[in-house]
Amino acid sequence: MGKRDTKQRNISHRGKKEVGCREEQKISYQEEKQTNYQEEASNTKPIQTIKNSDSSCEYKIDKEVMIDVSHMSHVYTDEMGNPVHALKDVDVTIYKGEFVAIIGTNGSGKSTLAKHFNVLLMPSEGTVKVLGMDTQDPAHIWDIRQHVGMVFQNPDNQIVAAVVEEDVAFGPENLGIEPSEIRRRVDEALKAVNMSQYALHAPHLLSGGQKQRIAIAGVLAMKPDCIILDEPTAMLDPRGRKEVLDTVRRLNKEEGITVVYITHFMEEAAVADRIVVMKNGVKLQEGTPRQIFEQVDTLKQLGLDVPVAAEVASELIKRGHALPKGIITNEELGDVLCR
Amino acid sequence: MLSNITIGQYFPGQSFIHKMDPRAKILATMIFIVAIFLAETVASYAVIAGFTIVTLAVSRLPWRLVWASIKPLWIIIVFTMGIHVFTTPGTVLWQYGWLHISEEGVRMGSMMAARLVFLIVFSSLLTYTTSPIRLTDGIEHLLAPFKRFGVPAHELAMMMTIALRFIPTLLEETDRIMKAQESRGADFTTGSIVKRAKHMIPLLVPLFISAFRRADELAVAMEARCYRGGENRTRMKELVITGYDYIGMACIIGVTLLLIVMRWFV
Amino acid sequence: MSIVLDNISYVYGAHTPYEKKALDGVTLEIHEGEFLGIIGHTGSGKSTLVQHLNGLLHPASGKVTVNDVDLADKTEEARNMRHTVGMVFQYPEHQLFEETIAKDIAFGPRNLGLSGEEVDERVREAMKFVGLDYDTYAERSPFHLSGGQMRRVAIAGVVALNPSYLILDEPSAGLDPFGREEIFDEIIRLHKEKGITVALVSHNMEDISRMATRLIVLDGGHVILDDEPLTIFMHHREELQKAGVDVPPVSVLMETLKHRGLPVSTEVRNVDDAVMAIEKALKEQEVHHAE
Repeated sequence: MGKRDTKQRNISHRGKKEVGCREEQKISYQEEKQTNYQEEASNTKPIQTIKNSDSSCEYKIDKEVMIDVSHMSHVYTDEMGNPVHALKDVDVTIYKGEFVAIIGTNGSGKSTLAKHFNVLLMPSEGTVKVLGMDTQDPAHIWDIRQHVGMVFQNPDNQIVAAVVEEDVAFGPENLGIEPSEIRRRVDEALKAVNMSQYALHAPHLLSGGQKQRIAIAGVLAMKPDCIILDEPTAMLDPRGRKEVLDTVRRLNKEEGITVVYITHFMEEAAVADRIVVMKNGVKLQEGTPRQIFEQVDTLKQLGLDVPVAAEVASELIKRGHALPKGIITNEELGDVLCR
Repeated sequence: MLSNITIGQYFPGQSFIHKMDPRAKILATMIFIVAIFLAETVASYAVIAGFTIVTLAVSRLPWRLVWASIKPLWIIIVFTMGIHVFTTPGTVLWQYGWLHISEEGVRMGSMMAARLVFLIVFSSLLTYTTSPIRLTDGIEHLLAPFKRFGVPAHELAMMMTIALRFIPTLLEETDRIMKAQESRGADFTTGSIVKRAKHMIPLLVPLFISAFRRADELAVAMEARCYRGGENRTRMKELVITGYDYIGMACIIGVTLLLIVMRWFV
Repeated sequence: MSIVLDNISYVYGAHTPYEKKALDGVTLEIHEGEFLGIIGHTGSGKSTLVQHLNGLLHPASGKVTVNDVDLADKTEEARNMRHTVGMVFQYPEHQLFEETIAKDIAFGPRNLGLSGEEVDERVREAMKFVGLDYDTYAERSPFHLSGGQMRRVAIAGVVALNPSYLILDEPSAGLDPFGREEIFDEIIRLHKEKGITVALVSHNMEDISRMATRLIVLDGGHVILDDEPLTIFMHHREELQKAGVDVPPVSVLMETLKHRGLPVSTEVRNVDDAVMAIEKALKEQEVHHAE
């Protein structure tokens, strides 16, 4: 059996990330996150920064880098033969264990960005590194795809097999894993998404939320470190949306799986550790949900929703009421209004 | 409704037939189909019917599936029967102008119809009791020796897997598009054949577009799950020949021998 | 003039192990000029219900009449009446098939047997209504448009039938907030300017509470609630929860504030209402404190 035990080999790629001067800002943002937003920082793992003696402006972060996108652009030619700049000079770093939401309207480049994370697309300029592996190096393609799983928007068009458990087995089978180990992984993955009782069902008879959970299980069975979800709830009803989001959150919290969640549902982005806002192929902003959602007007101009409490608070402030900034939840608005 | 079509559908179960190895089942089905064409006498048809009924009973599938599998193909059965009934020369039973029915024709027609029915029922039994993946696995394995002659065994099997997976989805989609176009005044049911064919365009174009889009997305999704052809691929459920297969094959070979004896030695 | 559902029931896969009663004794009248919201979780029967409204499905028992004509009749009148009810399915862009946008929109009117001129007139009008400039778009292929634009073409294809009733099943599914806004602006205009009666199936409670004049809630094939949206969202939250549907976020917010002791009215449709209600409550509180 041609088994590729990539896990072991990759350990050398991981570990401390060298960060140059241009990254200083990012670090200071991380620190800010820790000091100014205590409640949130306590949810995420602490980020330590140590001074590096080699160079005056270089740091090493003790948090492992999952995906590093640096000055990345993506250009393709449309049907008329014109070049389209889908992504322009994007810098994003995703750390291990994080839950990052990428938001933006249709055509903002958020899905194009995500497709770079597991080599479905390659940068025209700049680099994308996954666990230190450059996606442009053909030798790493399959390693990267095993470490970074992807769940797509349409639940129907990513399920290969006509029986649930056989579909979940598809990924590990492609990796050349031993049959008994595949069996174990499939059972485990189905359990992790609460779909064990559907193992022998036909996927087309399941609900949208259930199908997406099967797709997630299919990725989990490959034992990834990171899951990219490309608008996984866009075609689901509220119940299905909740099923998927709850599953993803649990995997993030309990299994420590890094999550990159692309969505235009604000209430889903609100549970992330960090939000990246995309517009016209450019990374517009990056910050905690609080930092992003308190900019009610900016987001609305972008064509994005904001939590209703943030919108109401911002409107009250505009009308001369003295409310503190940064209110995004109903409870917080209650706190300041009902003293 | 379109979703009532059960051809190619798998009904999970734990019966003897379900537990047989797909390779054994495919071979058994092929042998039995040949055996069906050996039958010439009423007695041999009785043997075939008896064996089919026993197999169905052992499979514990609902009996209505027999009808469900024949129904979509009944036109072919009636047509085959008709051709034999009306074209076989022999003792004329009934005549009208150039049209005649002969005794031999009726015999031949009924025989051909019976053969088709058994053939359909028996091969449906294969798909009803074998998960599509196991079925394609079986085909892949059986075709593997022919790889050296350029037979793309793995690719064929994968194509079948995907086709089987997407049949229900595309049927649902057809239903939905038909309803959408009917809501815009489209008429799929009346008019001459030419007219009806033309009326299918508003259904077929969206259906093809959708199928291509699905194919495209599925290809990306498969790639994302590290699919790169059959090389180095393993399977969760490896095919293992068990006692069930020996018994099953023994039964099939037994029946076939019986039919051979009935044809040439009785 | 109305659509009347008289005690209708519908069963999927009758006499098979998959038999499922999708509608169970539904009685409902959709009056002219209404903007009816229909909510319920997936499988509650709402898709089945709306397919009865233009005769795509006929009830197993009971009767559906449009302007007093039974849709199950085989008469020309019944056929024509079915076409007064326009139906926009989920992801309607999947029904596009013609080479040009104008031809695709003309499909419906042509099926109605209208003359070339009339068809052209209908196409122009429908395109105007969904905000697609005729000269720019008429000769373009619908397949080179963005998702939101394709959907508008598909809706125009139904609007071109000049329906008196327009049924929309999740018209904003899969669109971003911008696209959603555009589609709903058009629907509101069709309702207000053309006087079309609208029935909207949606999961988005915010949209429902913003637009609908009446709301019905389905659960297990029954209509369990039928009232003004505000009344339902204010007074029937338990039933809604049981039926597996949400309450608009703004209602949840007001309920929270009230619960925390701010004397706000929970009768709000949107953010503006909410701000007003909060200001009013704050003022009252101040007066109260001053005393």
